[in-house]
Amino acid sequence: MGVPGRVFDWLADGANWYGENGVWHRLGEHALVSGTALVLACALALPVGLWLGHTGRGGALAVNLSNIGRAVPVFAVLALFMVSPLRSAGHVPTVAALVLFAVPPLLTNAYVGVRGVDRSVVEAARGMGMSAGQLLLRVELPLARPLVMTGVRSAAVQVVATATIAAMVGQGGLGRIITAGFNTYNTAQVVAGALLVAGLALLVEGVLVAVDRLFPRPAAR
Amino acid sequence: MAGQGCLVANDWLCWEYVASRSEELTDAAVQHVWITAASVLIGLAVAVPLALLARRGRRWAAPVLGLTTLLYTIPSLAMFSLLLPLFGLSAALVVTGLVLYSLTILVRNTLAGLEAVPDEVREAARGMGYGPARLLWQVELPLAVPALLAGVRIATVSTVALTTVGSIVGKGGLGNLIAPAVSSNFKAQVLTASLLCVLLALAADLLLLGVQRLLTPWARAAGAGDGRRRRLRNGEV
Repeated sequence: MGVPGRVFDWLADGANWYGENGVWHRLGEHALVSGTALVLACALALPVGLWLGHTGRGGALAVNLSNIGRAVPVFAVLALFMVSPLRSAGHVPTVAALVLFAVPPLLTNAYVGVRGVDRSVVEAARGMGMSAGQLLLRVELPLARPLVMTGVRSAAVQVVATATIAAMVGQGGLGRIITAGFNTYNTAQVVAGALLVAGLALLVEGVLVAVDRLFPRPAAR
Repeated sequence: MAGQGCLVANDWLCWEYVASRSEELTDAAVQHVWITAASVLIGLAVAVPLALLARRGRRWAAPVLGLTTLLYTIPSLAMFSLLLPLFGLSAALVVTGLVLYSLTILVRNTLAGLEAVPDEVREAARGMGYGPARLLWQVELPLAVPALLAGVRIATVSTVALTTVGSIVGKGGLGNLIAPAVSSNFKAQVLTASLLCVLLALAADLLLLGVQRLLTPWARAAGAGDGRRRRLRNGEV
């Protein structure tokens, strides 16, 4: 039987879904860790990125932050947390490492989104007597939204995919299914684990698209 | 700074560690550098033909761009695990995985660079009797160099970081030092290897920036006023 058949069999076997190392438990950990990390990263990065974009200050930092972030391996950051007192704090090391991983691209995207808003529109709004807060919330944010949301979606997919790294330092999540399959030369299990991660990433992306659609967009020109 | 006994005390910063394990650190860093260099060079050799293929029309562009983007969403841990049956526990496995990841950014930037060549320039070259091959080599590729090198810089920095995950098969450069140090709670080793990783990435980025300046003297002469070119150079495409 080929690999696709064995992957299907692995996924169809109920025994693989229950217990400490079962899919449900690992999926729950994975969703919890990446969800928490994404929410925290958005809460940190978006206000700062939007505000910097609004004021136009700190541009070099905002744009270069994602370049700097790219140079820092998630695995190394996670390893550093795992040899600190945080090691006994449950999922905290993984969440913290993922937040640090997601903040730079989110912040850069928010900044670029607001900076990219047509200056003449901003000038017109200012001329109408809008305050800084009104300008940001009623003009810049709606116009920057597509780019900001694209940034959030790609960060979400990256966070879900990267959360698998946690398994390398013995933390939970779907990565454990992959490493367990790796250690026993069980290719079907590795593929099944990768498929589950991809499925979760697609699901998160779909949910974010749906949430985005719930809110009315500014009228298209 | 901690002096003697910092190894016993398990300090974060420990010169004693760096001094006594310098050989091990150098070996890991050398492995890190060659794995990264091989991955990016092979990635480039694969990406340029793919970009040329994607440029031939929508029929090719969609599958090439779709596939290279899809590759990027595979978790690195899964990618290296999936290649195991093909390569065994070897550096070739890690290099192959990293090449596949680098394609996303390299193909995209090469394509963007080629597409940014003004049509008038192409027309002028054709009018001067340039054939398709000579047009590509002497006109289009040189003009695409800034965007292409911007892609190489991004791919190189990401590859340096991703190489650490190769430690799952024992070929992760500095990552090989990080993984066992986590299990034994060896702070100095984790921190030193992590810092070296970031330093390697930054050094590679600066080196490539220098190469970019050398290869495109006209970009500096043209000044900073040309926004489109500047954005391409910075990889914001």
